[in-house]
This record gives sequence, C-alpha cells and structure tokens, in this order.
Amino acid sequence: MTTGRFVNVGERCNVAGSARFKKLIAAEDYATAVEVARAQVENGAQILDVNMDDAMIDAVQAMTRFLNMIAGEPDVARVPVMIDSSKWEVIEAGLKCVQGKPIVNSISMKEGEEPFLEQARLIKRYGAAVVVMAFDEEGQAATADHKYAICERAYRLLVDKVGLPPEDIIFDPNIFAVATGIEEHNDYARAFIDATARIRENLPHAHISGGLSNVSFSFRGNEPVREAMHSVFLLHAIRAGMDMGIVNAGQITVYEDIPKELREACEDVILNRNPEATERLLEIAERYRSEGGSARKEQDLSWRELPVNERLSHALVHGIDKWIIEDTEEARLNHEKPLEVIEGPLMDGMNVVGDLFGAGKMFLPQVVKSARVMKKAVAHLLPFIEAGKQEGDKDTKGRILMATVKGDVHDIGKNIVGVVLQCNNYEVIDLGVMVPTAKILETAKAEKVDIIGLSGLITPSLEEMSYIASEMQREGFELPLLIGGATTSKIHTAVKIAPNYKGPVVHVLDASRAVGVAGRLASPTLREPFVKDIAQEYEKMRESHAKKGSGRTRLPIEDARANALKLDWANYTPPRPTFEGLRDFQGYDLEELISCIDWTPFFSTWELHGRYPTILKDEKVGEAARSVFNDAQKILERMVAESWPGPKAVVGFWPAASDGDDILLFDPESGEEMKRLFHLRQQIARREGRERPHLALSDFVAPLDGPPDWLGAFCVTSGPEIEQRVAEAKARQDDYEAIMIQALGDRLAEAFAERLHQRVRTEFWGYAPDEDLSNEDLVAEKYRGIRPAPGYPACPDHTEKRTLLPLLETEKRCGVTFTESCAMQPASTVSGWYFSHPESQYFGVGRIERDQVEDYAHRKGWSVEEAERWLAPNLAYDPMALRQAAE
Amino acid sequence: MTDRKTRRKALHAAAKERILLLDTAMGTAIQGLGLEEEDYRGERFSDHSRDLKGDNDLLVLTRPELISNIHRENLEAGADILETNTFNATAISQAEYALESAVDDLNRGAAQLAREAADAMTEKTPEKPRFVAGVIGPTSRTASLSPDVEDPGFRNVTYDELVENYRQAAKGLIEGGADLILVETIFDTLNARAALFALTGLFDELGDALPIMISGTITDLSGRTLSGQTPEAFWHSVRHVDPFSVGLNCALGPKELRPHVAELSRIADTLVSAHPNAGLPNQFGGYDLGPDEMAEHIADWAKDGLLNIVGGCCGTTPEHLKAIAAAVEGKAPRRVPQVKPWMRLSGLEPFILPRDEEEEAA
Repeated sequence: MTTGRFVNVGERCNVAGSARFKKLIAAEDYATAVEVARAQVENGAQILDVNMDDAMIDAVQAMTRFLNMIAGEPDVARVPVMIDSSKWEVIEAGLKCVQGKPIVNSISMKEGEEPFLEQARLIKRYGAAVVVMAFDEEGQAATADHKYAICERAYRLLVDKVGLPPEDIIFDPNIFAVATGIEEHNDYARAFIDATARIRENLPHAHISGGLSNVSFSFRGNEPVREAMHSVFLLHAIRAGMDMGIVNAGQITVYEDIPKELREACEDVILNRNPEATERLLEIAERYRSEGGSARKEQDLSWRELPVNERLSHALVHGIDKWIIEDTEEARLNHEKPLEVIEGPLMDGMNVVGDLFGAGKMFLPQVVKSARVMKKAVAHLLPFIEAGKQEGDKDTKGRILMATVKGDVHDIGKNIVGVVLQCNNYEVIDLGVMVPTAKILETAKAEKVDIIGLSGLITPSLEEMSYIASEMQREGFELPLLIGGATTSKIHTAVKIAPNYKGPVVHVLDASRAVGVAGRLASPTLREPFVKDIAQEYEKMRESHAKKGSGRTRLPIEDARANALKLDWANYTPPRPTFEGLRDFQGYDLEELISCIDWTPFFSTWELHGRYPTILKDEKVGEAARSVFNDAQKILERMVAESWPGPKAVVGFWPAASDGDDILLFDPESGEEMKRLFHLRQQIARREGRERPHLALSDFVAPLDGPPDWLGAFCVTSGPEIEQRVAEAKARQDDYEAIMIQALGDRLAEAFAERLHQRVRTEFWGYAPDEDLSNEDLVAEKYRGIRPAPGYPACPDHTEKRTLLPLLETEKRCGVTFTESCAMQPASTVSGWYFSHPESQYFGVGRIERDQVEDYAHRKGWSVEEAERWLAPNLAYDPMALRQAAE
Repeated sequence: MTDRKTRRKALHAAAKERILLLDTAMGTAIQGLGLEEEDYRGERFSDHSRDLKGDNDLLVLTRPELISNIHRENLEAGADILETNTFNATAISQAEYALESAVDDLNRGAAQLAREAADAMTEKTPEKPRFVAGVIGPTSRTASLSPDVEDPGFRNVTYDELVENYRQAAKGLIEGGADLILVETIFDTLNARAALFALTGLFDELGDALPIMISGTITDLSGRTLSGQTPEAFWHSVRHVDPFSVGLNCALGPKELRPHVAELSRIADTLVSAHPNAGLPNQFGGYDLGPDEMAEHIADWAKDGLLNIVGGCCGTTPEHLKAIAAAVEGKAPRRVPQVKPWMRLSGLEPFILPRDEEEEAA
C-alpha cells in the first residue's frame, strides 16, 4: 500500500511501553495479546512494532511465540512487523518468524563498527529494513552535528560496505527531553529537526523516524502541555523530513487547536528560540493543566460537562457526531416542540460554523463534517416533527432548488454548494443530475422555491442554461437564477445567459460565495440594490465584450488551412503500435493508480487552493488540507483493503490518415475506411513577429499519400462502484463521504488516464520505451505524444464522442455511456485520442468564424444552426445578431 | 562451455536476447514410466527397511538412465534450462523414506545427470548453450503455519532446521554442476526466506554467488500463496537476494495464473518466469490442457511482454514444450522495468514508503 508522508507505527505491542501488554505476555495470555495487535491494525496502524524487552520476560521465547501467533491471523499479519529489541538475539529470533519483509529496530555503532557491520550483513541476508540509532562509541548523539555525523558514517558503511539499499535505512536521530531546566538540553529538539533536514538533504532515499513522547518528558502529568509540545514538534520534524514514528494518536492534539499563547511557548521551547523559553512555558503550563492532572480524555471531554445547547454547538463546530443523538434527544426533551431544537441550539451552532467559514477560520471539509453532524441531529428529530405536525413549515431563510442541467452528470460542486447552503439555514431541494428543464420549472412552481441554482461542467451545459433562462422568461418567472459549475463564468453568464431572462441572474464562483449571494437575494432590504449592481456590472461586461469581439481578426478558413503545420512526412516513419483494434482492462490495480494521483485538483474540489504538497504546510489552509487529505487516504486504504473493483479502460489503435482537417480510420483487417473524425482549425490572426501555423489535430497524422500512420483512442472510468458508493453515502446522509468518494473517483480516473497514456507510450504503442519521467515531469507533460479529449480546447466538439465511444465499444467493455449532451456516464470517466508524432502538442482551437462553421456543418451533415449550437462556446460571432442583421 | 563462469555469462546474454525455456514436469514423466518398487530400490537400496516406491528423487541413483532420458527429451523439445530431479531431496522430505543419509548423493548425482545431458546438447548446438538449475523444493513442512488447529503458535519445523536442510541440498547441487539454484513451488514464503538465507551463506563461503531463480505458488483462485501473501508482498519478501528471476509455478493452469504473472511482470525489477500446470486438475487428478491450448496462452503472454523464462509444471510434457517453444519463437523477452528506490516491506500485503522526489525538489 502506498501511503502518504508519515507512517505511524503501532506501538501497543510493547512490554516496555504498555503495562497491559506486559501483563498479558507475563501471564502468557497470547490470545488476548493478539487482540491488542488486531485492534491496532484495525485502527489504521501501518506497521506493527513488537517489543518484548523486559527483565522478567524471556524475550527470545516471547518474541518467537507472539510472532508465530500473529502469523496465523490474516487481519494482523497483513501489515509488516517492526522487530523491536535492544538485544541482537531477540531481533534474530524475530527475523526467523516472519515471512514478510520486516523492519529491525534497531542497531547502532555503540559497540563499534565491527558488530554493527556484522549485524547489518545478517539483516541484509534475512531481508529486512533497519532502524539505525544515532549512537556511536562515544554515546548517543545530542547535537545536530554529532547526530548527522553518525548517520552519515552509518549510511556510508551500510550502503558502500554492506550493500544495503539506502531506501531500507531508517535513521533515528534520538529525540531527547527538552525544557528540563538544564541549559544544554534546550537545543535537543532543534538538534533532531536540524539533523533530520541534513539527512534528508544529503543521504538520498533514507528515512527518518523517532519516538515522540521523550521530548515532553519534563512535563509528565500535564497532558495538555505534552500534547501541545508533541504536535509542535511533529509539525516541524515532519516538515524537515521525518516520515515515520511511534506516535500514539492520544498523545497529540490538532496544531491549530492549541491556544496561541501555549503554541508559541511550545514553539519557542522546541525550536530553542529564546533563552527564557523554558521559564515561560513552565510559567503558563499550570494554567493548561487539566482537572485531575493526567488523563487526556478528561481534558478532551470537558465540553461534555457543558449545558446541552453548548454541547450541541461544540459538536457542530468540531464535527463530532459521537454523542449527537443523545444530546439532540436531551435537547428535545427540554423543548416544547422538536422543531425548536432545530431552530434554536442546532441553528445557533450552524450559525457559528457559517460565521467561522465566512471569516476564513474554518474550511470547506470541516464545514461538510459539521453538516454531517447536523444532518444526524435533524434525522433524529424528523420523526418527532412528523408525529406532531400541525403547524406550518419550518422557518428557513429560503428555499433553493438546485439541479445539474439536462445532459450533464457532474454534481460534486453542486453538492458542496447544497451542503453549505443547508448549513446556513436554507432549505435545499436537490433534483440531482440530468434534470430536464420542464422538471426544474415545474418543481420550482410546485414547491414555491425562492431561488433556482443551476450547475454544469461540460460546455454544452452552458447552452442548456441559456435555454432554461429563456424558458423561465417565457413562463413568466421572476425569481433569481444562480449559475455555477466549472465551465461557467461571469462573462458567459453576462453575455449569454442573463440577456435571456429579465429576472436576476447571478454567476456564483464557488460555495463560499453562494451563501453571500443567497443571503442578499433573500433579504428584503439588500435584494434590490444587489440585483441592480449585478445587472449594471453585467451590462458593462456585455458592452466591453461586444467591443472586444471585433478586436482580434481571424483568417478565412482557406488561408488558415494554407498555413497548416506541414510536417516532413517523407523523412519520418510513424511508429507502429504493438496491436491494432481494441484491448480492455478490467479492474485495474488501484494501488498502482493511487501512487500516480495528481493531488492538486483534489484540493481545488474542496476549494482549498494551492499546489500539492506545499498546500499541506500552508499557513492558512494547511490544517484543513491535511485533514481532508488524511480522510482521503483512509478511503483509498478502504478501497484497497475491501478490494473495490478497480477502474476499467479500453484502448484501441487503428491505421489512420489525415484528409484535410479530418482524420480517417481504417479497419485493421480489411484496410477499408471505417470512421471519419472531424476536427477544427485555429483561425486567429497571428501578431506580427509571432507567426505560427494554424493548427488542427489532423496535422499530426500522416496524410493519405504519406507513410502508414496510426491513431489511438482510450476511455477510462473509475467505474459504477464509485457511483454506487457515493449514492450509499448520500443515503446515509453523509455528504462528506459522498463528496470525498466522488472526488477520489475523479482523481483515480485522471490518474488512470495518465498511467495508461504512459503505458501506451512505453508499451502498447511503444514509441518511447525508455521514457523515465518523474511524476512532476508527467504532470508537466514533458513526454512525447498527446491525448486530447473531445470537448476540450484542441477538439472542442463534444459530439465526436458519439464516434469515439462506440468505436471503443465502451458500453460493452467498460460500462461507459453518454447523454444527449455527450456527458459521459459514470461521471468519473476520461476519454480521448492518442497522437504519437513528436511534434504533436496541445493547443486551443479558439474562436472560429462562420466560414469554418459552415464548412464543418457540411462535413458532418449538420445544419449550420446545429453546428452553431454545439460549437457555441467557440463562435467568434453572435449567430443571433448575424441572422437578425441578415433579415 | 564447461566453465561455470563462462556459462553464467552466456546465460545472462541469452536472457537478454530471447525468452528462455525451462523444461517440463519430471514427476509427470516418471509417472508415465510405470515403475515398481524394485526400480526405486536398485542394488544400492535393495535391503532398505522401508518401501521406496514414490521416492522419485531416488531414481537419480537407482535408474539414472531414465532420468537422463527425460532430460534429453526436454532438451530436444527446446529447453534452455534443465531442472534437476531434486524436488524432495532434503533431509526433512527424505526422512519419510529414512533416507536422510542419501541426501548429499541425491543432490550431487541429480546435478551431475542434468549437467551431462545439458553439456551433450550444448556440444551439438553450441549457438544455443543449455543450463542446469538445481531445484530446491519446499519440503513437506511450513515454517509459518501451524499444523495444529488448536494451537496457532505451534510449529513442526524451525527456520534454523530449514536453513540446514536447504544448505545441504544446495551444496550437493553446486558440487554436481548446477549453474543456477531454483527455489520453487514456494507455498510458504518463510521457507523460501530460509532457503535464500542458506544460499547467501553458502555463496559467501564458496566465494561465488550463483544466480537464484525464485518461483512461488499461488495455491488457489484467491490469488495468494498458501501462507497468505499476495504476489507483490511475496516479491517484497524475496527481492533482497537480487534474484536472477522471480516467477510462479504449479497449482494453476496458464489461464488462472496469468493475472498473477502479469502482476509480477509489472513490479519486479528482475526477469520473470512462469511454469504453470497443464490446466487445473480434473476429477481424476490428471491434467487436460493439451500442448496447443497451453501454447496459445503462452503466446499471448509473450506477445504482451510478460515473460523472460517459461516452462511447464504438473501435467506438462516435452510435447507441450515443443508447442510453447514454437509459440515464443522470435518474440522479444519482457523488458525489465526500473523501479523507484522506495522502501518496500510486506506482511501478507505489500507496503511501500516512498520518498517523494517532488517534495525533495521543493
């Protein structure tokens, strides 16, 4: 299993660290001891530490017995073991019991180089990774220099003399207690962090680990301070490169939750930022000591002592659903009517959430978690409300109808907006995806909604939205229309949608804006000025757009064709794919794909903006990003652990030749023409000095009189399983998980598309067998060949999917179909063409003129109007205006 | 070509050029001979206290001409690599026949027979040198499974015992002239790890490391070894010896084995081998997949670039090998992929801890 940056080693099977485990081993109650291991793995331990070092226990015998016991438990033996002992004979006994590749913890040079080398050679022969302590003949290293010097020396011995792979070395540069009152201890934590950074920089592929709890030893008894110190230490150590550790989840707290004063004091101590740091921390530490002294739980759960309304608020703000039912029930008994619980304490809590979100102090994933708690509470109350229903509807801020328009299946953004609006006390009627205009309008009338919100991802949805606006006008609607979704824009809304409808039309950029917009539209006082402002702003945009429209000139299509890219086909032999026709992939290996996920867009889905992995350390959104990232890892682990069916794909190759702007595909068997693919050519006039060819994708394929050439095509989908899981999560009222799974489905499909393209280049088409690119280079598209998708800039006509998908037999081979607007189903699906020529590149067709539209319509057997409808986003002219002028 | 080092060079060169052929099932061939108790006993063991029928490895000493014949038929069918008749030639397995004392002779003798057959053929076709893989079987005991359902912590064999058994076998095989050591039919990876530990120790002593072939067994359609590992976890458990090849054999036919071979092919940064059975056993314990059907599967594997070394296990015959040879003729061997230098551990499942280059650059 490929995992994220920090591996947590489960540490409860350690007689030195767990009194309970020690008791079980001393009593030879191995069956119960195995349960301790099982619980850890179930709770997500990725590696299981086993330590039997105790004066009263025969460690060789206990290590052997325990490892043999867990070997018979598939749920436990799933994960690698860390054989932990300070005695070599115990380590060796452990190595003789595990069939997997374990980690040895630990060896060091404290007895000199010879025993170290001997043990390392044996470890290599046993086949294990190894933890090396920063310990030499002089003792345990305390300064950064000494720590690093030992690690470097050990690294050189292990790599050069023993031949151990550097990636199998894990350094433990010793975490010692700080703030002990002894001056030379003050730098211990910083020394670890500095040494870690130097190891990371200079000793390639090696890992860094450490046992966390030592650092705070001088504050034992004061758990809140210890937890704060641990969290601060971990944050900095992980940033420096620490990627493994023995960390008990109960020992840490959320970095951002640490009171500022305490956090800064801890930071001063850990980073040794000023000589008074220890004094200062000691001074304030007493104030953070929890009642009763030690147990974290009491501190953590002190909010459980609060009055019920405050408990509800706390649960909502922190997204804790553990006690929400019992608290809601208690509140219900305190109120006359169950509805009052919603309107009172629950809404109060959600208002706090809304305020924090609005102020940028909470982030979307946290808000969605809050909503999950809210939904649980409401679900508990609903039966009581139904039972006692005699009064009117509950008093919300307004009722909003939301829908993804006909022909479009993408709803992740819409779901997020829906959740956020619900959090802010709007009643949301969500009609789902592919909703026909008539149903939207009928429901709006029947349910007396206050606002309609439309969403869509693919470009044909823009046309559909314009159409809905005009239908609203025709049917005499006056209520506000909100427009959102990835391809929508303020300018498109202003120019193409708003003119069709006299009521307010507002483009909403993202979920965080939705509340503000809805709030103003629902307010009797704010609505008028807001609507007026928007109308004026859009009018201005229309004017400047009209002016700009005539700015850049375009060439007649014939001239653009004359300036096509002319490749030297006489001196080029196109590569032959390793097969012709189709090949499909059923249930592709999830783990392989998980390792190639490009995470940056995942965070964008959650409206957390920044590049991965730096976003995880971002000052503002870092915590939210880490939280949503961790939850994503958990789902991915579940997908793998529960063996969810992997994604599917179809790949095909056919002999091909370009014919003008079109590409012809030939039947591999008979050689007869099979399909004609239609493409569009750039028409934009080039600026002087910047003359470049006017591209069409057909330029990258050899012409009919050129050498034999081929075209490829693909379709990948994360599969119906994802959709089903999303539906299940929604049915459980768990929008957070639903959105999470959907977002991961999208990422997996994209990762698969990327991976498959790589395999096409290196294996299936095989024209770049030696390509060896890093993930970064892959994302930066530094490879040969392209995979443009119908509906995207190089081939903007979505309807080419009507050729592409049947050609790939996607319905039969991978279960992918498409709607009348050519949106692919399932939603997490990617398709496209493969071009192999070294000169092939991504480009945007951009705006095109009517001459090309007419020519294209003729080629496709369409009316010009039909072509204009499908190519609307690319038209350089306004067909309506053109027609009116002609009349 | 009698020098081991020269042969080893030729082996590496041949593996780069073409898909190498491993021979077919020894047990199936012996079964076909219809031998009786006295065939097994020969002169040397005529007074032995136990029944010896079924101790196939013993024929190396008592009916060596039969074993030589089987080797020759396989070589004529196209085998590049012969497997010695030593699947059970360990002290643990021979204890069943009270023949622990013969183990050295069994291994040395079996390797000598194969060596002679291979060298004779190499002399005839010097452009296609033939090699001998000394076979180390799993033994009849498993180090990570308890034979006692009541006591999951119990073991009837220890790692150290296995190391001693494998070491003895390997020593005889090397003395007899083996070019490679093939640790095969691995049900329990801990046994294999003990075998590998024995081999690296022996190689250190001899000052010469022979190429190691490792072949695991996916016991049923669950896609795991008997001891519960996935193919990738299995690979992580054995790749520390930098083997010449890793692969799978036995238990399944080519159709069922394909996804697992494909998996190894994808992840293993060494050569990949496969010697499947001739289909799944029928209700009489026989195997029905004919040479042509089998070759059809193998042709597909080769076409898809999954293979470096291929042969046959239970139920396969030299006829199968001929068809397989024709099927892979001229097909390029699998290209060994490069893998990232990431820590790769395993339990029953693989665990990878990457060091993120992208982050390193940042």
